[in-house]
Amino acid sequence: MHYKVLKMKRLVILGAGTGGTIMANHLKKELDDKKWGITIVDGRKQHYYQPGFLFIPFDQYKPEDVVKPIQQFIPEGVDFVNISVDKINAAQHQVVLANGNTLLYDILIIATGSEIAPDETEGMQGDEWGKSVFTFYDFEGAIALRDKLKNWQGGKLVVHITEMPIKCPVAPLEFAFLADSFFKDKGMRDKVEITYVTPLSGAFTKPKTTETLNYLLKEKNIHIKTDFAIESVDNDNKQILDYGGKSVPFDLLVTVPTNKGSQVIENSGLGDELNFVPTDKATLQSKVHPDIFVLGDATNVPTSKAGSVVHFEAEILTENILTYIKGQKLEEEFDGHANCFIETGGGKALLIDFNYDHEPVTGTFPIAGIGPLRLLKESRFNHYGKLAFKWVYWNMLLKARPIPFVKARMSIAGKDYN
Amino acid sequence: MDKIISGKNISLTDEGFLKDFAQWDKDIADALAAENQIVLTPRHWEVLTYIQNEFKNDVPLSIRKIGKSGIVDIKEFYQLFPVAPLKTATKIAGVPKPVSCI
Ligand SMILES: Cc1cc2nc3c(=O)[nH]c(=O)nc-3n(C[C@H](O)[C@H](O)[C@H](O)COP(=O)(O)OP(=O)(O)OC[C@H]3O[C@@H](n4cnc5c(N)ncnc54)[C@H](O)[C@@H]3O)c2cc1C
Repeated sequence: MHYKVLKMKRLVILGAGTGGTIMANHLKKELDDKKWGITIVDGRKQHYYQPGFLFIPFDQYKPEDVVKPIQQFIPEGVDFVNISVDKINAAQHQVVLANGNTLLYDILIIATGSEIAPDETEGMQGDEWGKSVFTFYDFEGAIALRDKLKNWQGGKLVVHITEMPIKCPVAPLEFAFLADSFFKDKGMRDKVEITYVTPLSGAFTKPKTTETLNYLLKEKNIHIKTDFAIESVDNDNKQILDYGGKSVPFDLLVTVPTNKGSQVIENSGLGDELNFVPTDKATLQSKVHPDIFVLGDATNVPTSKAGSVVHFEAEILTENILTYIKGQKLEEEFDGHANCFIETGGGKALLIDFNYDHEPVTGTFPIAGIGPLRLLKESRFNHYGKLAFKWVYWNMLLKARPIPFVKARMSIAGKDYN
Repeated sequence: MDKIISGKNISLTDEGFLKDFAQWDKDIADALAAENQIVLTPRHWEVLTYIQNEFKNDVPLSIRKIGKSGIVDIKEFYQLFPVAPLKTATKIAGVPKPVSCI
């Protein structure tokens, strides 16, 4: 007679934000729970709908619209450990928690996202921080900026990106567009000069989108300063200074600070110089440790850091993890698919759809020739799409329910490539 | 798009980056530098060589990365390549445009 010792295998997910939560929902359905135990770890009690941070400063969303209890989205049967992670000991296949406890894993998924690091720029958190220097890239920052904008009398508004990459790279542009509308509605647009300052050589990195955006910037009388690599914030003279000797004065600076991966990545020696994890861009497997997979903002793959990307990655990663468990070669390939709404103010929005190889172009989405959404063109319908995304996020995306017509791999049908 | 640079026919992208690193040589670097009002000094060459090595090892480049390279700090990188330094330096080095910006 032989007995087989049935040892449960362990899959551990770090981070219960967008990506970690979606993966927990996918894998709970796909993995045999007699063989696999799933644990998800996050130090927070709240789950933030980060795209909503954009609307808080203009009082279009209330803070309570964008935050829900983190545990609400974690499926039954998945263990939730509500403690921060200190370190990953990849050689020992082990995660060390802030309370000193350890978790062993057979498979680890890193979904620890990215966070702002204003301390990377000299003077950013100086005397003017919270007075005339703000960011909307975290929850508290967005609320503080809302309070500032309520009574601001006008002057030079500078909307600024510190360095790339940042999550949702179009969000600062959207902020500039929405600010234009906001001050128009308040009847004080003539008192506000808006300047958009970017380290890139144009409004966006992809030529066709830049063309469209430049047109909109002009139409809305928003000035643009490109190739500006900030060295420091000069609090005394209220200006930002660049390594090349340029300066831009401000009365109100709305900046997107450097974005970095989580500290735990640095502690574990798993990241690059910004704590992003070197990841195979097609399979989402760690380039160093085969039993570690990475998705979302935590990776270094060359596509946008966005919720839509995380959603597409999660479908492919689920397939890959099942393949990995079977001991087969990973075949599912992520193409870098990203899909972003760009709010342009006045109740309109643009929609862009692109991947590693194809830049955003005009056309229809998600159904070729029909739409109803229009790519790279301003429309009211796109704006409703952006607002509807909040509902989709809380009710479908996090729970890993399929979103009709929208596929993980980008479709080139219905698009005007020439 | 093709262009004659220092007597050789070179294929370039729309933005002026070499399509094929194999076509690069030091004369081309000098010519591309001159187009950007830069005269290459030994300091420039240290940076260009670093960039080429990182490219060969498949390491994505960024301004921050060059600042941490131990070869130049960001300030000096700007002195060497005053306008859009990462773009200019990678162009002269003959490697593709960095994708750090998406
Ligand atoms: C202002 C703004 C606007 C945006 N707009 C859009 C948009 O319009 N469309 C779009 O698609 N995307 C948008 N995004 C981007 C989108 O929100 C992110 O890309 C997405 O949430 C990334 O998911 P993630 O799972 O990688 O990281 P996150 O959702 O950020 O989750 C990371 C989780 O890891 C946890 N964590 C980190 N470190 C540790 C640790 N050491 N121990 C334990 N837990 C840890 C955190 O607490 C967090 O819960 C926007 C982002 C911002 C900031």
